[in-house]
Amino acid sequence: MDLTLKVWRQNGPQDAGRMETYPVSDVSPDMSFLEMMDMMNDQIIRSGGDPVAFDHDCREGICGMCSMFINGEAHGPNRGTTTCQLHMRSFKDGDTITIEPWRASAFPVVKDLAVDRSSFDRVIQSGGYISVNTSGETLDANAIPVPKGQADDAFSAATCIGCGACVATCKNASAMLFVSAKVSQFALLPQGQPERATRVQRMVEQMDKEGFGNCTNTGACAVECPKGIDLSNIARMNRDYLSASALEE
Amino acid sequence: MLESKIPSGPLAEKWTSHKDHINLVNPANKRLIDIIVVGTGLAGSSASASLAEMGYNVKAFCFQDSPRRAHSIAAQGGINAAKNYQNDGDSVYRLFYDTVKGGDYRSREANVHRLAEVSTSIIDQCVAQGVPFAREYGGLLDNRSFGGVQVSRTFYAKGQTGQQLLLGAYSALSRQISKGKVEMFTRHEMMDVVVVDGKCRGIIARNLITGELERHTAHAVVLASGGYGNVFYLSTNAMGSNVSAAWKAHKKGAYMANPCFTQIHPTCIPVSGEHQSKLTLMSESLRNDGRIWVPAKKEDAEAIRKGTKRATDIAEEDRDYYLERRYPAFGNLVPRDVASRAAKERCDEGFGVNETGEAVFLDYASAFLRYGKTEANIRGLSNPSQGEIIDLGKQVVKAKYGNLFDMYKQIAADDPYETPMKIYPAVHYTMGGLWVDYNLMTSVPGLYATGESNFSDHGANRLGASALMQGLADGYFVLPYTIGDYLSDDIRTGTLSSDSPEFEAAEKGVQDRIDQLVNNNGTKPVDDFHRRLGRIMWSECGMSRNEAGLKQAISDIRALREEFFRDVRVPGTAGEFNPELDKAGRVADFLELGELMCKDALERRESCGGHFREEFRTPEGEALRDDENFAFVSAWEYTGDPSDATLHKEDLKFENIELKQRSYK
Amino acid sequence: MALTGLFLCLFLVGHLAGNLQLIFITGEEGQQAFNEYAQFMTTFPLVKILSYLTYASVLFHVVDGIVLTMQNRKARPVGYVKENGAANAKWASRNMGILGTIILVFLVSHMQSFWYTMHFGDIPMHNGLKDLHTVVLQFFSPENSLGLVAVVGYVLAQMAVAFHLSHGVQSGFQSLGVRHAKYTPIIELSGMGFALLVPTLFAIIPIFLYITQL
Repeated sequence: MDLTLKVWRQNGPQDAGRMETYPVSDVSPDMSFLEMMDMMNDQIIRSGGDPVAFDHDCREGICGMCSMFINGEAHGPNRGTTTCQLHMRSFKDGDTITIEPWRASAFPVVKDLAVDRSSFDRVIQSGGYISVNTSGETLDANAIPVPKGQADDAFSAATCIGCGACVATCKNASAMLFVSAKVSQFALLPQGQPERATRVQRMVEQMDKEGFGNCTNTGACAVECPKGIDLSNIARMNRDYLSASALEE
Repeated sequence: MLESKIPSGPLAEKWTSHKDHINLVNPANKRLIDIIVVGTGLAGSSASASLAEMGYNVKAFCFQDSPRRAHSIAAQGGINAAKNYQNDGDSVYRLFYDTVKGGDYRSREANVHRLAEVSTSIIDQCVAQGVPFAREYGGLLDNRSFGGVQVSRTFYAKGQTGQQLLLGAYSALSRQISKGKVEMFTRHEMMDVVVVDGKCRGIIARNLITGELERHTAHAVVLASGGYGNVFYLSTNAMGSNVSAAWKAHKKGAYMANPCFTQIHPTCIPVSGEHQSKLTLMSESLRNDGRIWVPAKKEDAEAIRKGTKRATDIAEEDRDYYLERRYPAFGNLVPRDVASRAAKERCDEGFGVNETGEAVFLDYASAFLRYGKTEANIRGLSNPSQGEIIDLGKQVVKAKYGNLFDMYKQIAADDPYETPMKIYPAVHYTMGGLWVDYNLMTSVPGLYATGESNFSDHGANRLGASALMQGLADGYFVLPYTIGDYLSDDIRTGTLSSDSPEFEAAEKGVQDRIDQLVNNNGTKPVDDFHRRLGRIMWSECGMSRNEAGLKQAISDIRALREEFFRDVRVPGTAGEFNPELDKAGRVADFLELGELMCKDALERRESCGGHFREEFRTPEGEALRDDENFAFVSAWEYTGDPSDATLHKEDLKFENIELKQRSYK
Repeated sequence: MALTGLFLCLFLVGHLAGNLQLIFITGEEGQQAFNEYAQFMTTFPLVKILSYLTYASVLFHVVDGIVLTMQNRKARPVGYVKENGAANAKWASRNMGILGTIILVFLVSHMQSFWYTMHFGDIPMHNGLKDLHTVVLQFFSPENSLGLVAVVGYVLAQMAVAFHLSHGVQSGFQSLGVRHAKYTPIIELSGMGFALLVPTLFAIIPIFLYITQL
């Protein structure tokens, strides 16, 4: 099939950026979206141009590196799908596809479609861990039983791949879904209890410092999240944050 | 020449006694010592976190935008540990034995035993960090079984175990970054190691955003840069996975060990066309419950290929469950190399089931029934219909493997709950890597290699769920201790300077290579060469190899390399974010590595594990080892050109396990 | 936002209960009852406290809304060329600011029409009480040249309230962390019910008054 791509080009964080149009032909429906982008870049390179920079790595939907805003939606039109897992069979011959980077002041553009998401790492560094040394000299793994339902919920929260689609899609560029997923994983497990209150406070504080917007509960993040992270995580974080702030000494 | 430094004493006591006797660095002195860790996968993150906790100053590097994105994240099935929670007779010895046997007797006994010993600590550690492993209804940890073993010792988190373990190690790393004990350099690529007076003293790194070259000094450098499966272009590795860090180390004196030992994983989604950029694994854990088959009659296979028949049209008696037929004791759970070769054999005979003829079925129909019956009993349903049972079974399978089935559906556009999946082997892991001694130090003093980047624990074939185990064992529990033995001599060295002729020369070498690539003005993009290299490697140095093919491959690769440097086109400049330039550097290294792999495969005149030489097989077609002449590790020394590499042999001594022809029948 | 918003929901219920007297008790009797009620509402100390709480809530809700909106704008300085918001969120949830602004404009005009008249305006007396009943009836009367405009404006404002509440009620609970797999669907359903019922009842009143005075 033949497509017209409208792609955001931006040389660096300071550049204003603009949309540019590229026709691509002979796209196979079995191609992944990124393979289609490879094909476009191949054409650009062979004709002496500057290929479009975009982030990608595992191409199996788990590393969270790919990040394209396709036709007005994070990771494109399909649900539960990262850009790398989106296949061209989801588009029609003759379609015009608009491709933009994640847009948020906390995710400055590096080049073209690649953005800097180190703000997420700093949020994790502010408290997204259990303070235990890696000596291996801990309790036996089976010493603390965890109810299966709770363990499953913690796992579901922990499947967040940190791609930033939640921020990209939120009309306020809020990072609540990402932060709450990590807060919830530990809040649901017995191991996470000792630091539960300080963790949520620190992570929320860091999130605000990074310049993410506020949550107005539109729920768009959970719809676009490729891993189906649930809104209940945000409620849990709100609950924990309120009680931590109220009970703070 | 090759001093493996294996401690003396009985096998089971070697590690403990080694730890008790190696030199330590006292806490005050650790603060004076800098360590560089390259790579932030399981091995790198865990090593960085542990070393920083101990008090060393750590600088960690990764080329991705966040340490959490390293490709360990994509490991699906699980992690082995000799916990014996299932009470099926598992033990440290049994894990050790299975791993040595699974590796077709080409690994070091002492290393593997140490791995089995620390495996239990890994699980304890990860649970303490909040890794949400799968649990049973009683709240205790669940296990599943994996290929090549007869116990259930694999801990898992659905089909995302690697992700959960990496996020655990990343959280430990993040904690140390927040304390300032680890300085993290993301979007940085190691371009060379710097050796000063015979010791590794730092690296040249490139900031991938600005293109600037940076000099970083350290008292020791740890490579945790993963494997080199991408030399095949199509593999289950991430697009960015590369050999460059290891290859630069090799060029600076680190020996490359067993480079031809490549793991071809039997259960991947088949190639769909020329455009394909990578292959996707379907976890080995699927072989637990799924049954692999092809039609028993060639005409049925042809009809399926033409699309006139579907899998479900083939009657039970017309199906050939070839693994169960050939290997009744292990059935669908034979090790990966055996399963892959068996699939290739059937497809080569004309029984393949997709358009390209390179696919076999992985069928869940009987698992739906089996699980459904159990679930119906648990729920107390009396006389459930066949349909109800199958629906219940699908729910159970969904809970266990849901994300894998979803992934298959997205890629293959086919619903695996309704029709069997199609799978075919693909490059997945490289057992070979930098040669290291028992302390994980390469042949360059002060330069270490951990995880997939070293060669040490898996011999000629890695068992499922053992890569995660090795990465974390090296990073959390082995390297942090053994590195002290070397560094204890370095406590008086003090701060190192990067203002030396060695750093100068290394940086100039890197700059020259970059300039050469960006100014080449060729006509073809980097991918063009990478794809062609991959085709050569896959056909001549893939699932089966022979002398003529390997010789041809070596000359083809040399020609391709020459063409690459003549005709590659790298757009843009060196001083900007330029992914094509990054790729060009990596492919240039693959073009050299590929040749060494073929040379290694040519020299190893036996079949073992993932290395199958057509000339050496048993009458039944199984791999035929030659323990008399080839029970050694091939360690290659770089001397200026891959073809001139010098072979050093480390003889493998088996004192606790009797060498036997591997049998899974 | 959540606390003040949910508090204002309670206020709406109280206000509605008072207003419904305009429909359910008519004639002389209704006039007397409504004026007594108005007198009570403007003088009883406890109600006074509640009313100040309500003013404060409105003020906070508005100011906080503006502050948050400004922060949110700052969080995305460069917008998307193409954004398909309808694909993942309801219209009301994406336009709470606009809806809130409409409601605020209505509120100012509403306060000017009734609250100001009641407290400081030139208002007729009836049986010794300020005759707010007549003021209201005349405001929504066909004889008043702007009566129909008032009715239409009032109904439109109530539609804005309805949309605002359709997102706001459940959003308030979510922000406070009140969420449970079993109870959240009930909260969401009740929230929608509330958003539909309360503004509808409010809107019926001026329509009723207009029609009955035809």
